[in-house]
Amino acid sequence: METSEEKSATSVKMVDAVTAVVIFLVGALVIWDSWRLGAKWGSDGPEAGYFPFYIGLILCVSSVVNFVGALRDKSDESFVSTSSLKMILSVMIPTIVYVGLIGGVGPIPALGIYVSSALFITLFMKWLGKYKWPITIAVAIGVPVVFFLLFEVWFKVPLPKGPLEAAFGLA
Amino acid sequence: MEEINSLLQGFSVAMTPYNIGLMMVGVILGVLIGVLPGLGGANGVAILLPLTFSMNPTSAIIMLSCIYWGALFGGAITSILFNIPGEPWSVATTFDGYPMAQNGRAGEALTAAFTSSFIGALVAVLMITFTAPLVAKFALKFGPPEYFAVYLLTFCSFVGMSKSAPFKTVAAMMLGFALAAVGLDTVTGQLRLTFGQTELLKGFDFLIAVIGLFGIGEILLTIEEGLAFKGAEAKIKMRVVIDTWKQLPKYWKTSIRSSAIGCWMGITPGGATPASFMGYGVAKSMSPNGKNFGKGEMEGVVAPETAAHAAGTSALLPMLTLGIPGSPTAAVLLGGLLIWGLQPGPLLFQEQKDFVWGLIASMYLGNIAGLIVVLTTVPLFAAILRIPFSIVAPVILVICAIGAYTVHGSMFDVWLMIVFGVIGYIFKKLDYPLAPLVLALVLGDRAEDGFRQSMLMSQGELSIFFSNGLVGTITVFALLMLFWAPMKAGFNKLRGR
Repeated sequence: METSEEKSATSVKMVDAVTAVVIFLVGALVIWDSWRLGAKWGSDGPEAGYFPFYIGLILCVSSVVNFVGALRDKSDESFVSTSSLKMILSVMIPTIVYVGLIGGVGPIPALGIYVSSALFITLFMKWLGKYKWPITIAVAIGVPVVFFLLFEVWFKVPLPKGPLEAAFGLA
Repeated sequence: MEEINSLLQGFSVAMTPYNIGLMMVGVILGVLIGVLPGLGGANGVAILLPLTFSMNPTSAIIMLSCIYWGALFGGAITSILFNIPGEPWSVATTFDGYPMAQNGRAGEALTAAFTSSFIGALVAVLMITFTAPLVAKFALKFGPPEYFAVYLLTFCSFVGMSKSAPFKTVAAMMLGFALAAVGLDTVTGQLRLTFGQTELLKGFDFLIAVIGLFGIGEILLTIEEGLAFKGAEAKIKMRVVIDTWKQLPKYWKTSIRSSAIGCWMGITPGGATPASFMGYGVAKSMSPNGKNFGKGEMEGVVAPETAAHAAGTSALLPMLTLGIPGSPTAAVLLGGLLIWGLQPGPLLFQEQKDFVWGLIASMYLGNIAGLIVVLTTVPLFAAILRIPFSIVAPVILVICAIGAYTVHGSMFDVWLMIVFGVIGYIFKKLDYPLAPLVLALVLGDRAEDGFRQSMLMSQGELSIFFSNGLVGTITVFALLMLFWAPMKAGFNKLRGR
């Protein structure tokens, strides 16, 4: 639902063209690596790069067509409005931090999946949903506990755990 | 009637209390998955797949296929009550289902949708019961060139049948093949496209791609739409059900047409989504009430639902008999077979009779269970939909992360899932189709094996794909599908003159 007041962050045409270029580069990478491995007919049949070479080739050709198609697109339809982009980033960034917290990346300590999930749900509900504390805490603690019972106890599938589980002797 | 005997044998496998319990669990989970945004048939099954690793394969596939039936049923609930298709194949159901709900006929619309889904599925299962063994027997004669030709047909059909621009379909598909090539090449033992990264040695797992592309991508799209669920009241009274059932027989022509479209689109990998649109379109042009379509005509609910469910079910036929899935969800189920140590393909019908016929029998039972569950629990699922998205979204993201992690117990996969999520979001908005990407990722290695072995047989001559009647016919069909769109355009031009 695009209204005239919403500012467009970028146009479909732009993203379409950039995507085509990226896919072209992927295709080129595939061709290059296949060529390195040998894309011809070896002594004992097709070499390792034989099949991927043509995949890369078709990838490049089709992305050229898509690139031209994108440039020919006369409309200046919006790909995403600035407000939507903000919404998406406000979900994406916490999600990335969340995944970082599960296993720990660089300076971020590994908290395990259960504690990270609780923090993630709390942040999401408080910040984006503006819920009151009692319901937020109930969901944020309830969901990981249910998953713990489901995975660790019932199905015996171990998920990443951190210092809290270790403190309880569950890790 | 060998099939009947096998089927009865299958019923005895599927009808244990344990398996029936799993069926119910599967259907309920499936409806839930179909109702919630961000979780769909394919990624829902992908996420739950690791939980079944320790189960026996027959019980596992019964549960997972029931999740699939449940998701097919569930999509209709959101379409009719909220005008939000829970699944892509229920978009066409919104056209008439939502107006019906607005006119206070939600119960009728839901009953019609569920019952037609059931009928579509039943026709497809009957078709599978009687044709699958024949196809499997026939496919035993297949050598590498025939297999490669069938793969070619599968992928060319995507190009011919897809609504997206053909070169976008090709690009998405080739991207899938390229991702499939990453890792150790089993024939030569060389590392391909890994660029020295140890994480890439084992290649890309399509389950991760499915969870990212369909799960995370879908969540991002939903967030962008700023979803607020405002829906019609949902309650199905028994009397409404009976009254609706009395009306349905007069749409028998539509049901037959839609079932036929669905079966065809399911076997050729058109899939449930185009089948539902085609079913709707054909019904609209052929029905005497066609001009009322879009204003709340029951026939407009019957047509797409029958076709979608018939297609979704018959997508399992090529998966079981040839090892070629007709839809992303069928692909995930196929991945399950491989993980449980079963080799999909014609031999399955000879070596794993209990498994195959147990599954087919469970399709009958699962759809009956599904129909009962959805007719009785609609209010419950409608209530779930009223839970605000800011609670549902983080929980679904957590579920996706857990699902991605459990595939191989690796954090790298969770990161990969996020990357696939962003790709899924961009591709969806740019109209790059995701299904061919996923299928190419699943089938890439085997398509390549088929191609290599064929090339070895012929010493590099492509003419091997026309070397006998069988392979030649399949190849010609594939090429026809590939150039279907330009041919049709050309034909229309000629006729227009």
